[in-house]
Amino acid sequence: MTQTPMIRMSGVEKAFGSKTVLRGVDLEVAKGESLVIIGGSGTGKSVTLKCVLGIIHPDAGEIEIGGAPATRRNREALLSRFGMLFQGGALFDSMTVWENVAFRMRHGHGRLPRAQAREIAIEKLRRVGLTPETADLFPAELSGGMQKRVGLARAIATNPEIIFFDEPTTGLDPIMAGVINDLIRELVTEMGATAMTITHDMTSVRAIADRVAMIHEGKIRWQGDVEEMDRTDDPYVDQFIHGKAEGPIAAIR
Amino acid sequence: MTILAPIQIFLAAIGRAVLTLCGGTGALVLFALRSVSHVFRPPWYPLEFGRQLMRIGWFSLPVVGLTALFTGGALALQIYTGGGRFNAESVVPSIVAIGMVRELGPVLGGLMVAGRVSASIAAELGTMRVTEQIDALTTLSTNPLKYLVAPRLLAATLAMPVLAFIGDVIGIMGGFAVGVTRLGFNPSTYINTTWTYLTNDDVGSGLIKAAVFGFIIALMGCWQGYNSGRGAQGVGKATTNAVVSASILILAANYILTEALFPA
Ligand SMILES: Nc1ncnc2c1ncn2[C@@H]1O[C@H](COP(=O)(O)OP(=O)(O)O)[C@@H](O)[C@H]1O
Ligand SMILES: [Mg+2]
Repeated sequence: MTQTPMIRMSGVEKAFGSKTVLRGVDLEVAKGESLVIIGGSGTGKSVTLKCVLGIIHPDAGEIEIGGAPATRRNREALLSRFGMLFQGGALFDSMTVWENVAFRMRHGHGRLPRAQAREIAIEKLRRVGLTPETADLFPAELSGGMQKRVGLARAIATNPEIIFFDEPTTGLDPIMAGVINDLIRELVTEMGATAMTITHDMTSVRAIADRVAMIHEGKIRWQGDVEEMDRTDDPYVDQFIHGKAEGPIAAIR
Repeated sequence: MTILAPIQIFLAAIGRAVLTLCGGTGALVLFALRSVSHVFRPPWYPLEFGRQLMRIGWFSLPVVGLTALFTGGALALQIYTGGGRFNAESVVPSIVAIGMVRELGPVLGGLMVAGRVSASIAAELGTMRVTEQIDALTTLSTNPLKYLVAPRLLAATLAMPVLAFIGDVIGIMGGFAVGVTRLGFNPSTYINTTWTYLTNDDVGSGLIKAAVFGFIIALMGCWQGYNSGRGAQGVGKATTNAVVSASILILAANYILTEALFPA
């Protein structure tokens, strides 16, 4: 990889009290690449993303975005380049769907007039397969799959360079999961964005990923191209992708 | 060594508690200073501020009004029977007024609003924390202290004095109603005595207290909610802690302010 990576993490560590979650994560994502992170639940996948976003401050290690170190000082500038779909959606339940999608355009610097922001929001909703009628509903009135799509629309609303998807298909039926997977792949290709996706759904991995990284016990256990994933003799990866109960990964955590 | 071990454990526990307390207080002060600084720096969120003003001020009116009404009435009865022991029944109007305006209006009003508003702010921000809505704000380039905390602090600090003032008036009216109907006061004498003995300092001091209490109410609600633990249990605990800490801080601040405003 000769090009400067879009995201570079080196030796990132994080503990909550006495509980160590990340023990030195080293990871690089090239510009325009779609990386998928796999790993058991509670292994620190979400924490990894939140460290890159600066929502969680790592105890040690470095994070660079586009070659420049991410600090508390330049965080706000960096965040305007990011979009994030949260695991639980994290939609603002006091606002309507379109206000959620248009949030960044309606608040802070360079805010757009209401009508224009609404128009863009409706366009983004259509992009994720939602009709304009959903725009004026509240998040609580939507099904889980629709909430995920609103979350997606909000994440891509301002065409970010870097998009994070935290378990985009968890809790959805297989058909809806397929729709979301295709959508993510299309969006990444069409917007040329750099993407990091967390999932434990192997169908998702194959649909979305250029490259795969597996996190285990606070470190990147394995990484490589999707094609290599099936050929690797790493017992951890093998156990995970085939969902075997027997193997080096203890089932009780 | 064996005799000293339990003492060491005991001292270590005290040391830990003191450190936690100091660390916690430091973090709270930092949180408050940061949030207040956002009140003075753009961008501002007037819509959010207006919404909080309605919720904290307008919707607290019934609670504060009823509290003041019954307190004023009870105060009149108490002072009448108490004053009767010194043949001083005529002090009822002035003591009701001074007691309401300087002490009971702001303190009881503050405690009632603490129960209502601290709890609801803590539950709201706690839920936002638990469902990652606060993290989502950050990723959407919006500072949660500026967007969520600052408007609530400002709204509560401005609304509480107004509420306390309305409470003062209603409380005095409660005393008046009891005085005239039950204790045989002449209506115009009652009002005249009230006016003669009540000073601007009495009213002003009560309003200053109320502003401080309003700040405490919003701060404790925001602080507890913002740092809520995980899950429904975390939010429940945050809500309880917000009400308890706001109430105790109000009572403590009331004593300190009374010392400062009316040194003995
Ligand atoms: N804010 C936090 N405070 C304390 N513990 C946390 C926090 N966030 C995550 N954790 C803990 O870190 C571990 C990893 O969490 P997470 O990254 O969410 O797992 P996952 O890999 O399933 O996304 C979990 O055990 C979780 O309890
Ligand atoms: Mg997670």
